[in-house]
Amino acid sequence: MQWEVVIGLEIHVQLATKSKIFSGSSTAFGAEPNTQANAVDLGLPGVLPVMNKEALNMAIKFGTAIDAEIGKRSVFDRKNYFYPDLPKGYQITQLALPIVGSGSVEIELADGATKTIGVTRAHLEEDAGKSLHEDFQGSTGVDLNRAGTPLIEIVSEPDMRSTEEAVAYMRKIHSIVTYIGVCDGNMQEGSFRCDANVSIRPTGQDEFGTRAELKNINSFRFVERAINVEIERQIDILESGGTVVQETRLYDSNKNETRSMRSKEDAMDYRYFPDPDLLPIEVTEQDIEAIRATLPELPDAKKARFISDFKLSAEDAGILTASLELANYFETVNSEAGDSKLASNWIISELTGRLNKENLDIRSSPVSAEQLAGLLVRIKDNTISGKIGKDVFDVMWNDGGNADSIIDSKGLKQITDTGALEAMVDKVIADNPNQVEQFKAGKEKLMGFFVGQIMKATQGKANPGQINQLLKKKLSE
Amino acid sequence: MHTKTIAQLSACLKAGEFSSVELTQHYINRITALDSALNSYITVAQERALAQAALADKMIAAGEANPLTGIPFAQKDIFCTKGVKTSCGSKMLDNFIAPYDAGVIERFNAAGSVMLGKTNMDEFAMGSSNETSFYGTVKNPWNTEYVPGGSSGGSAAAVAARLAPASTGTDTGGSIRQPAALCNLTGLKPSYGRVSRYGMIAFASSLDQAGTFTKNAEDAALMLNVMAGLDKRDSTSIDQPVPDYSVNLNQNIKGLKVGLPKEYFAEGLDSEVAKQVDNAINEYKKLGAEFVEISLPNTHLSVPAYYIVAPAECSSNLSRFDGVRFGYRCEDPKDLEDLYKRSRGEGFGEEVKRRILVGAYALSSGYYDAYYLKAQKIRRLIANDFSEAFKNVDVIMSPTTPTPAFKVGEKNDDPISMYYSDIYTIAVNLAGLPGVSIPCGFVNNLPVGLQIISPYFDESRLLNVAHQYQQVTDWHQQVPSSYK
Repeated sequence: MQWEVVIGLEIHVQLATKSKIFSGSSTAFGAEPNTQANAVDLGLPGVLPVMNKEALNMAIKFGTAIDAEIGKRSVFDRKNYFYPDLPKGYQITQLALPIVGSGSVEIELADGATKTIGVTRAHLEEDAGKSLHEDFQGSTGVDLNRAGTPLIEIVSEPDMRSTEEAVAYMRKIHSIVTYIGVCDGNMQEGSFRCDANVSIRPTGQDEFGTRAELKNINSFRFVERAINVEIERQIDILESGGTVVQETRLYDSNKNETRSMRSKEDAMDYRYFPDPDLLPIEVTEQDIEAIRATLPELPDAKKARFISDFKLSAEDAGILTASLELANYFETVNSEAGDSKLASNWIISELTGRLNKENLDIRSSPVSAEQLAGLLVRIKDNTISGKIGKDVFDVMWNDGGNADSIIDSKGLKQITDTGALEAMVDKVIADNPNQVEQFKAGKEKLMGFFVGQIMKATQGKANPGQINQLLKKKLSE
Repeated sequence: MHTKTIAQLSACLKAGEFSSVELTQHYINRITALDSALNSYITVAQERALAQAALADKMIAAGEANPLTGIPFAQKDIFCTKGVKTSCGSKMLDNFIAPYDAGVIERFNAAGSVMLGKTNMDEFAMGSSNETSFYGTVKNPWNTEYVPGGSSGGSAAAVAARLAPASTGTDTGGSIRQPAALCNLTGLKPSYGRVSRYGMIAFASSLDQAGTFTKNAEDAALMLNVMAGLDKRDSTSIDQPVPDYSVNLNQNIKGLKVGLPKEYFAEGLDSEVAKQVDNAINEYKKLGAEFVEISLPNTHLSVPAYYIVAPAECSSNLSRFDGVRFGYRCEDPKDLEDLYKRSRGEGFGEEVKRRILVGAYALSSGYYDAYYLKAQKIRRLIANDFSEAFKNVDVIMSPTTPTPAFKVGEKNDDPISMYYSDIYTIAVNLAGLPGVSIPCGFVNNLPVGLQIISPYFDESRLLNVAHQYQQVTDWHQQVPSSYK
């Protein structure tokens, strides 16, 4: 049977506010346990929440970035459940009246096709703390530093029909929230994580199949793998005559499998009700427009500009604009080197390749945009060849320094002196009479042999264009 | 010293007739001698109080005194007080030393006043008789076989027995006005949002409001002057100018339009209580007030709506008492579930558990619309009843309670009957209005209270109307014979 996959994502985005959503504690990552938890975060008797306006503004900013409806009146609700890292015994979130209503984003697929994915809603809520089971024998530690960190939960429509679409959507949301500065996008620290609702149905069927919710996936690669193994699991069940049960499943990246956490029957009754400690949030059209006016150029617009202004291919423009840092890097290199194709090629193949290999982010690239631009300028003006350029790049990557000083100190400057090159050409012709004869007899492939000999002799420093010209001239004499 | 009002004590302190340390010591002596029969205090903060009094005396000597400087107060044990046990009347918090001061406490501290101690109360403010406290029942100083009312029963009994010049309380459904009525005090519940809830341990967040127990309306004005005002740490605190509540006390009330809601004088009202209220109405007529009958047609829905909203909110507010971070934790928990179940099962008393269960039920999936949402709609109707009424009258008067104090133990087996003892006070909380109860007579040597209700943020009017009555009557000056 042919199966169609249906995927919806719930993405949790940690907002980049300095302080928590309902208290003045810092949100900085990595502090000693419980040093960033005040009376409010601890849920002491008598404390009350006060909303951080900055978190609200960031949520609205996200809403305007995806052209969503903004809730003119939104309400905080309590989601009641007991867990040691949930100090109040309830999470403050938004249920019926979220701050961001329906909107959409466009994704682009490998074959160049585009697709619109609906965003149902995005609501403000507080994060819980962390339970630490590893470091304590026979007991559990609770770290409340993260408790009260502002989040928006972005809920998509079940619009995705493949893992590729799900990953493309997740990447798109990631680039939007980082472009507009509401999230640092750091997935290792949990600033951006998602739950995936996955179901399958026979191709052509209208009703959705029963879904499983995969919890807390914190990388693009894991989303891809988790959804894929879940799809396989569901197909196996249905094709062997079983039924998929509605449940929450956990993806284990070590074993590359999903396993059941709790079934629908065990689902808790969260007893939602409006939080009486917080007033409804009223937002005016002017507030929304003032925030909309602060939106920077968004990924789609930037990509279009890269294509039209820099004559880049859609694919290259897509890669370069996927993250704001990479796009900014490109623009710096391009404006200093003055060659968009050269800049794009070097960034996409050399730089990104190297970053990926060493598992680094563009922000921690050892080679700055200015350094790379200096290198490309020297390739353009023929001081060095592209091949030598890669050696210079290597030195930059490992030891730092600018292109000119590396070229100087390593003596990599290209030989462009016509007299010197002519002498070399003459020597090669004189040293290889057999090959000259064959060449003249029509074996033109041997041109490469002559060039190679000269490159070998000069350790690659001879200007290949000039040598070609000289060889052609001399050999036809 | 203990017969004097705050206003009189303040004058004496300024004139140097006695010091705050002497005054404080006098009250501590009285508490030591007399409170064992009443059980009105959970904690007496003797050393702390005397240190505060010494500081106050310095302020007074330096000419920096304000009307509350050096005055000792009893604080309901629901307000967090830094470094002092804050139990909320519960075993759950018997070991809880608050690490911070509530907004109300900060304001009393800033005024240079003295805290004698923390008063007994129904557990987590849930009760109308002060019988649900982990620290035992509080007795009514007028007759120790009777309850003082609740939940602020300790605060009421302490002032009635002159074991404090005045005290604070909180009022969620009548918890200030009802004990004030039962103990012959002036009990003021301000408008919702007038006094900060920060640091006041929450029972039902949308109803809770801090207020005062005093000998008269003049003292209530002095306390409200200090307590009222915006606190940015409480999102429901309201940014409204705070008038000087003492200024209008002496204003003539000739022509005052008073509404008498017929639903508050109907079946269930004790005929002797009704007589005392009638006498008060006649007194007011002599002062020039004009009375009209009004209707608050949704009154009969107020108790049922309240007993959905308040338990629902409490079921969530009390979730933080889980044995994990503070408060009571059971011995040797086997696992997390056991820790939760036994810590809460052993730490909470019966009435608290009853309300958590009712509240959790009312909020549960499938019942939310029928209970909680419906109750919130009723709340709107009740608020509208009052708004309509206030188009035609300046204030509303009624009995505070349907009967005088009942006997200790009398209603223990009948929670519903207990709930109905707040029938005249609850609607005021549901609407968020200010209300005051003032002494207006006795039935069988037990006090009777008259409730006055005004529009939002019109506490000045409320206190003016109460004060005028207290200029021509002496009910509020009656003191139980053992505590004169």
